[in-house]
Amino acid sequence: MTAPRDKLGRPVVVVTGMGIMTSLGAGKADNWAKLVAGESGIRTITRFPVDGLKTTMAGTVDFVSVDPFSSTGLSERMAELVTEEALEQAGIGAKADFPGPLFLAVAPVEVEWPQRRELGRAVGSPDFTYDDLLRISGGGKYSAYHHRFMFGSVAAHLAETFGTKGSPISLSTACASGATSIQLGVEAIRRGETDAALCVATDGTVNPEALVRFSLLSALSTQNDPPQAASRPFSKNRDGFVMAEGAGALVLESYEAAVARGAKILGVIAGCGELTDSFHRTRSSPDGKPIIGCMNKTLADAGMTPDQIDHINAHGTATPENDKMEFNTTSAVFGERAQQIPVTSNKSMVGHTISAAGAVEAIFSLLTLEHQRIPPTINYETPDPTILFNVVGNTARDARVTAVMSNSFGFGGQNASLILTREPA
Amino acid sequence: MTDTSAAKPGQTEVWITGIGLATSLGEGLDANWAALQQKRINVDEKGFAPYIVHPLMPVTFDSQIPKKGDQRQMEAWQRIGTYAAGLALDSAGIKGNKDILSKIDMVVAAGGGERDLNVDTGVLTAEANGANAPGFLNERLMSDLRPTLFLAQLSNLLAGNIAIVHGLGGTSRTFMGEEVAGADAARIALSRIASGESDIALVGGSHNGERKDLLVLYEFGDFNLKDKFAPVWARKDHPGFALGSAGAFLVLESRAHAEARGAKPFAKLSSVVADLARRKQGGDMTATLEQLWAKLPKREGKGAIISGATGAEPATSEERGFLQAHADFPVRSTGTMFGHTMETQFPLGIALAALSISRGALFPPNDSTGTEIEMQGAPTQIVVVGAGHWRGEGMALVEAVG
Repeated sequence: MTAPRDKLGRPVVVVTGMGIMTSLGAGKADNWAKLVAGESGIRTITRFPVDGLKTTMAGTVDFVSVDPFSSTGLSERMAELVTEEALEQAGIGAKADFPGPLFLAVAPVEVEWPQRRELGRAVGSPDFTYDDLLRISGGGKYSAYHHRFMFGSVAAHLAETFGTKGSPISLSTACASGATSIQLGVEAIRRGETDAALCVATDGTVNPEALVRFSLLSALSTQNDPPQAASRPFSKNRDGFVMAEGAGALVLESYEAAVARGAKILGVIAGCGELTDSFHRTRSSPDGKPIIGCMNKTLADAGMTPDQIDHINAHGTATPENDKMEFNTTSAVFGERAQQIPVTSNKSMVGHTISAAGAVEAIFSLLTLEHQRIPPTINYETPDPTILFNVVGNTARDARVTAVMSNSFGFGGQNASLILTREPA
Repeated sequence: MTDTSAAKPGQTEVWITGIGLATSLGEGLDANWAALQQKRINVDEKGFAPYIVHPLMPVTFDSQIPKKGDQRQMEAWQRIGTYAAGLALDSAGIKGNKDILSKIDMVVAAGGGERDLNVDTGVLTAEANGANAPGFLNERLMSDLRPTLFLAQLSNLLAGNIAIVHGLGGTSRTFMGEEVAGADAARIALSRIASGESDIALVGGSHNGERKDLLVLYEFGDFNLKDKFAPVWARKDHPGFALGSAGAFLVLESRAHAEARGAKPFAKLSSVVADLARRKQGGDMTATLEQLWAKLPKREGKGAIISGATGAEPATSEERGFLQAHADFPVRSTGTMFGHTMETQFPLGIALAALSISRGALFPPNDSTGTEIEMQGAPTQIVVVGAGHWRGEGMALVEAVG
């Protein structure tokens, strides 16, 4: 191992614990086995009626129970479970005493339909106005809903449960949120504010209104039958992303601190980058410059050149626009090598875990480094002839992987990339 | 504690070089300052009765958001914030400066946008009248929701709209989590500039307090002020907060970056610290505020405190306990003057601290309980306190540039 500082003189940031949950299952072992086997976690939704919806499938996490159910409650429970897994692996701190801050990527929170309906029923008459709902909301009967639907509630719960230090940060950069949570942790360690950070990303928001919202923006696949074949990144017949639930947790530490306590190092967060696109609320700038700039910033942050990247864990949502844009921008950065580097999209199997995706895919990237095996992009039957990526189609591929770039792009012009390596550069 | 971020010796000094305010008292620094001097408070006791709100003083959005199409894509909270962000960029003299805007780092504290109350009420009343087909909710939402409403509700689309309207192309992070999100936004932006990771940042938030869906959410916890307005410190027997509408944005900049372009500071932001008190027992929050106070750099100048206390209990009494231990510091309440603007309250507090320092006077007290006392002379150090109505505590030190 080399010096505990990177080429820019900053502390090297390593990963010493990981926890993951997706529609494929709970934990790293189960997820990895199913991922390299090319299994899909996408299924027809059973949590609520799908009548009247254009999209009827999703990558739901149905094996975690939350009572009373809410999307925010599910997000919180998944976050708790993946954090337990990550902390157990890292063996850091003491029970309920994590020695650093929490950075949590979480879906925006709001009162949900089951609670709104409960309120509607409590009015006690068939015709009422919103003022009537407001009139009966007080008095303490629904005080638990106040706590549940605070934006900061999930982070507060995790901070209290795991004893993270200081003010926990809840963040959203849309589909890049998971990557941003990691970036905030990396920066805190590099600044020397802390030796360790807990970065968690969670999203349990497959509910009717969330599906409708993305549907109305024509973002979702409607290839409902069979659901396992809906998510088709880089395919000619891709027609949108598949909503999914999941969570990921990473324990980050300075290399020095990890070595000092004899922790097993699972990988290195070598570089982070982000760049805002101010072109449009949901579309990327047609010239791709912000995404190109994001990738270049990330390479510069890692002190690496494009030829040192030997695998790309793509954003790969399977929307017609994203995948094409991702190929064009990757080509601008990597040149001819964009057609040679093996590329895969985990979303073909687990769907798009939205706020969690950046962390979920960073963990899959680290597992790829560990196992020297790249999970496939399933449903890759009809390649898009204009997307000339070297897609790891349908079956996993053994490969020498030393550095992975993982990309996340989101609504609101959010672009974030990470570079993960096995060992410090 | 590991995550506090006082600027350390040898780190870059961070200046506040731009302030943008659009509040219930008016638009811009002069209008807000004049209203504070006149102790003028703008409350609406009728429109949402029995609840009290501080409505936005109307602004001409066109002046900062020239395209009507952009305005239509936003809900009120985003328009207020995008407007105030534009004022901050103007104030810093960087509006339209492509070189700077292409690299500016944005950290925004945000909640979410307003729901379509007609859609919600329509679904619920139809269900109360017997609509119970399994797909009823799905079908109504598919047909009744405006397709772009989602984008007007998404937390990170305040930052997204600011980027689009004002042409910001650096980085963009949105923090959520009610009041303390505003403190954390300032804390992270400050530590990034102080450590040299960033040269210049736009930090702030916006809030539309004129929303019945928010009143429902806070009514769940009986947090809304009802019936009669009173200054925050005089609400002990009639507690609650009056939601306020406001956008408050700051341009933070390294001293070197500001000097290189000839920008003048309002003040410097010396430290921002934050924590999460467990608030399980009386005194927990007071103790946490005391710990945060102890983490701030030494205060030897002429000091004051600007508090974002909400008026809700028990948090306000806990904060009063902390303030009483520092009774020699004149206190001002933003909650009294502007209402409770949630994520925006802390950036608003920093803005008013910087404004007071730059104008050589703290604004006058407006309180019947004696908590706020007169201050003679010019403040050189102002501590901004932001304690959430339920969770989260933040504190900042704003100082005159030496």
